Amino acid sequence: MNVIQPRVLVLRSPGTNCDEETAWAFELAGAKPERLHVGALLRRERMLEEFDILVFPGGFSYGDDLGSGAVLANRLRSRLEDDLGVFVASGRLVIGICNGFQVLVRLGLLPGWPGEKAVSLVENESNQFEDRWVTLRVESAQCPFLNGPRGKNGWILRLPIAHKEGRFLVRDPESLERLRSEGQIALRYVDESSLESGWAMQFPRNPNGSIEGIAGITNPRGNVLGLMPHPERHLRALHDPQWTRTAARRGLPGDEERSGDGFVLFENAVAYARASFASR
Amino acid sequence: MTSLAPAEAPLYELYEVLVTWRAGYLDPRSTSLKHQVESFLASSCSGGGHSGPLLARVGVSDVYYLEGDALERDRVESVSRVLLSDPVVQDFQVLGPRDVRGAALLEGSFEATVLKKPGVMDPVEASLIEGLCDLGVHGVRVRTAVRYTLTGHLGPLERRLLGDKVLSNPAIETVFWRVPGELSRPILPFLRGSKPPFDRREVPLQELSDDDLLRLSRDGQLSLNLAEMQSIRDHFASLGRSPSDVELETIAQTWSEHCCHKTLAATIDHRSREFPEGIRFDNLLKQTIRRATEEVAAPWCLSVFVDNAGVIALDDEFAVTFKVETHNHPSAIEPYGGAGTGIGGVLRDTLGTGLGAKPIVNTDVFCFGPPDLPHGEVPPGALHPMRVIRGVVGGVRDYGNRMGVPTASGAVCFDRRYVGNPLVFCGSVGIIPRSRIAKRVAPGDRIYLLGGRTGRDGIHGATFSSVELSEHSETISSGAVQIGNAITEKKVLDVLLEARDRELFRSVTDCGAGGLSSAVGEMGAETGARVVLDRVPLKYEGLKYWEIWISEAQERMVLAVPPEKARELEALAASEDVECTDLGEFSGTGQLVLEFEGHQVSNLDMRFLHEGRPRNLRESTYFPPERPAPVWTAPESLRKALHGILSAPNVASKEWIIRQYDHEVQGRSVLKPLQGVEEDGPGDGVAFAPRFGSRRGLVLGCGINPRHGDLDPYRMALSAVDEAVRNVVAAGGDPDRTAILDNFCWGNTSRPETLGTLVEAARGCFTAAVGLKTPFISGKDSLNNEFRVGDRTISIPPTLLISSISLVEDVHRLVSMDLKGPGNRLVLVGSTHEELGGSQYFLYLGVEGGDVPDLRLPLALEVHRAVHRVIREGLALSCHDLSEGGLAVALSEMAFAGDVGAEVRLDRVPRGSGGGGCERDDTILFSESNTRYLLEVRPDQVHAVLASLQGLPAAEIGETVSYHILRVLGLSGRPVVAESLKDLKRSWKSPLNFR
Repeated sequence: MNVIQPRVLVLRSPGTNCDEETAWAFELAGAKPERLHVGALLRRERMLEEFDILVFPGGFSYGDDLGSGAVLANRLRSRLEDDLGVFVASGRLVIGICNGFQVLVRLGLLPGWPGEKAVSLVENESNQFEDRWVTLRVESAQCPFLNGPRGKNGWILRLPIAHKEGRFLVRDPESLERLRSEGQIALRYVDESSLESGWAMQFPRNPNGSIEGIAGITNPRGNVLGLMPHPERHLRALHDPQWTRTAARRGLPGDEERSGDGFVLFENAVAYARASFASR
Repeated sequence: MTSLAPAEAPLYELYEVLVTWRAGYLDPRSTSLKHQVESFLASSCSGGGHSGPLLARVGVSDVYYLEGDALERDRVESVSRVLLSDPVVQDFQVLGPRDVRGAALLEGSFEATVLKKPGVMDPVEASLIEGLCDLGVHGVRVRTAVRYTLTGHLGPLERRLLGDKVLSNPAIETVFWRVPGELSRPILPFLRGSKPPFDRREVPLQELSDDDLLRLSRDGQLSLNLAEMQSIRDHFASLGRSPSDVELETIAQTWSEHCCHKTLAATIDHRSREFPEGIRFDNLLKQTIRRATEEVAAPWCLSVFVDNAGVIALDDEFAVTFKVETHNHPSAIEPYGGAGTGIGGVLRDTLGTGLGAKPIVNTDVFCFGPPDLPHGEVPPGALHPMRVIRGVVGGVRDYGNRMGVPTASGAVCFDRRYVGNPLVFCGSVGIIPRSRIAKRVAPGDRIYLLGGRTGRDGIHGATFSSVELSEHSETISSGAVQIGNAITEKKVLDVLLEARDRELFRSVTDCGAGGLSSAVGEMGAETGARVVLDRVPLKYEGLKYWEIWISEAQERMVLAVPPEKARELEALAASEDVECTDLGEFSGTGQLVLEFEGHQVSNLDMRFLHEGRPRNLRESTYFPPERPAPVWTAPESLRKALHGILSAPNVASKEWIIRQYDHEVQGRSVLKPLQGVEEDGPGDGVAFAPRFGSRRGLVLGCGINPRHGDLDPYRMALSAVDEAVRNVVAAGGDPDRTAILDNFCWGNTSRPETLGTLVEAARGCFTAAVGLKTPFISGKDSLNNEFRVGDRTISIPPTLLISSISLVEDVHRLVSMDLKGPGNRLVLVGSTHEELGGSQYFLYLGVEGGDVPDLRLPLALEVHRAVHRVIREGLALSCHDLSEGGLAVALSEMAFAGDVGAEVRLDRVPRGSGGGGCERDDTILFSESNTRYLLEVRPDQVHAVLASLQGLPAAEIGETVSYHILRVLGLSGRPVVAESLKDLKRSWKSPLNFR
């Protein structure tokens, strides 16, 4: 049987630095990733429509010199806005990780509402770059990355964050209410006392001071996901700093290289793309 | 003469955009600045007689200056809205050319606007221009600044101090003040350069006396000695002409200590107690470090001491490169830029190894002054240690993180003697296909310069690194300061590795110390080269040709490109927005020819350049004072000593630093620097799986202890090598597949007694490396690490860093240091001797002298191998090496990292034969003897482990328990330590948490 390999565009720009491992994650999940410089799209050498999944990987696009993701978002909005709009409207998948999330927010693809910018990702309350592992709960029932063969609403997972500007803020209480009511909150930072419901309030479980512990959101339809944590850094069991402890208790899983929590997001996306875009 | 002159009258419309956080949102930048300013004022401006807080409010805003012909206000406003500010949390304000500058300041408030000095790299400017172009705004010049608004009771003196010591660094920045009553202050942020007329200079040497030659060397910052100046004079006399300025500069760069190890490779006559008649080293480096590598003769060493990094085999297809550099003097003057470009430089070493390796891990080791040094005790011209720490950590963080290379392994040492001369070691590990290790320039190849533009940055950096720092360094040497732009280097990395895979060039090296002169000079040593200096892309007009040639502007690589590949390379670079310029060719004439504006300005014989340097003859002596064996009484409470040592800065948690580094980017990290239940325990080694989908891994570690160097530099080297090996073995590395690197940082070695300690350390390196079968694959030395205040010179302690890299066959076999659970046994491997010289315990007690830990060969190698065997067989639940603070600290760290208590008995600890006084609880607890490991083993596997260790000093010394307490029973059987893990951890975690 010929298994369909969804085509994944991992978009590079100057300063992108998580493209290789993100492409590897999709490859491991059975997709056909391509790392492409944004210049190739801007020059129209390549087209977004060639792809099923669009990825904005982590890094420091253009050095984050005017704020995280600002220059790349500005460039895409001024020169590629229509193509991006068509891609999203077609229901194909978009994921922005860390710097990619910041780009999606600045582009307005997240939260995907018309009008004034309503949410923002700003400096951590600690004013410091932080690399640490966090515990998250899936809050979305409609995002294909988070719902699929393995993940679903309510699932608790561990991923690392590594950023200086990840504090999720909203313009006003109405915006927060709208995110809730439209089911657009995708992931929340949780701690021991908020595993079931609620969210982590305190540093370091809430690593940046995000409102309501929001770590990721989707657009209203759910096909665009942005998140600060890095799923591509938890593909294998050995990525998790706890692995030496769990292995001492019960050994390593047989499929160690695919048993990280983050891998589930890529598997889900590939499964969804296979099912939804197979006809094209 | 400076060619950057202020503009007379503004010819263009100048706008100032001020971006400020909106009230009601927590602005962390202001909060943390307020904290820094307050602690500075508290420690340096006390006694002013003020009541109440000195500082009521601190605000931080970003300022952008935009200048362009016919630039209109509404364009500026729309740019500010879309690009410069975040509408959710920030407000902006635009001041046009005819607006009154700035609102009136409230009484008690003042404003400091901090701008980079002209010519200092500001990466934001380039990004801003790109952003403006996307919005259709072209031809605009931009500058950026930061504005601080402070409200409080501060006099002019306090303000100035604050400006120089906290808000700006005068070496690279200028502060413009505004105080109440002043409506505006003209800020003219744009300076325009002009092109100087061509002026070829010759330097007549013929008639110069020895004194004149030396003066010329010193005044011209050439850092050449008399013999060297004489041989240059004689060489040109034989040619019947004088050297041009650029020829002389080229020779000075090539012959600099930084570029050719002239001290370590000199002929040295050494005398010591062991060699009272003297022993001659024709070439110390070859006879110690490199000879060790030859004797070990490891077949997996693929390229050592010849390229920009050492290269060892990973598997049949790939190899691993490793290089560690120092960037001390630039970091002393401008810690942020100095450390950042340190990382940038060593990453280019990786890119310039073979045909380009991909960097996968960085290492960083720092030596600082004490963070709590009172401000009044900082010598003039030096920065406060805390400022250095924040700057250096920030520089490594911002450069490494932006490059997407995890900084994951390192160490930090503190000593007062590092106040004026901190040490910054930056390492880089890369992977490269084995088919891409060999490189060779062919005559006719084009010389391509790839990457950043050239400015005055870092001129005389190579020679500057070889002179001592003084209270005036921050003013006279600021030209040697470099600020990097990591994104430019990331782009270079992306292009270079793609070009490598497409086979577009035959050789490559980085532009590091000495700039183009060293890079082209090295690559063209066999062929000769012709370079047209006009073609070098410049950041600004006004550089003289010799400045272009020796500038150490960052982020540049030189490639040898076969002519038929040139167009493809240019196209590739253009597609990624990287500049790539043909500068000339590798000629085949054996001459180094430079041209500028149609004139030949250099025609230098490559052979003289590379082989004409006269060999130095140096004398060294090592006669340390006879020290009586120390006598000390144990303190009443060993638990207090334990807490004291855990909170000593050398031992305490470095989590504040580690978390600021993205140590997991690239997805290769499989054993983290922070381990245990709460992910805050100190791992010995960190491990990476370099190839996706492969189980083969690398472990990194290091050994350093400058306090040993004061007492016994030979044993310092033994101990550093052993510690570096322990680090990797404890995590699962294979001692028989471990390579090491040396970095010597010393004081002024023209003093025979200082050079003597270096000779002793080099001898120790040889003994240890041969004995432990760990080949050296690369190294670097940095001499003259001294700081002069008036007529007093402060020399750093002899500081040897050994970095280690080890292969691990299967990353599933890695082991962490945290205890895994109650009911397991603790097995101590290796014997404990009374070796407290340079130990944390003696430092705590204030006891001088003592024996520096020895290395017992061949036993040590057997111990390392045996421990590795135990780990490889999966018999160790956890493993930690014993180093600073000895058994007590290792045990505490394992226990609190795992949140698992332990109980051990000191009478079971294997101790050295022959008495040696190791009969005291405190000695056994705190001795820092080498080659010791503590293992946690399941009760049913203890026999197997002890059997595997048969014939070696090893014993079960205790067990893990279900309560969260560490209990140590002394030789008498009574508890000498019984502490809660929480308390131990608090002592260890709090001191260096600077947040």
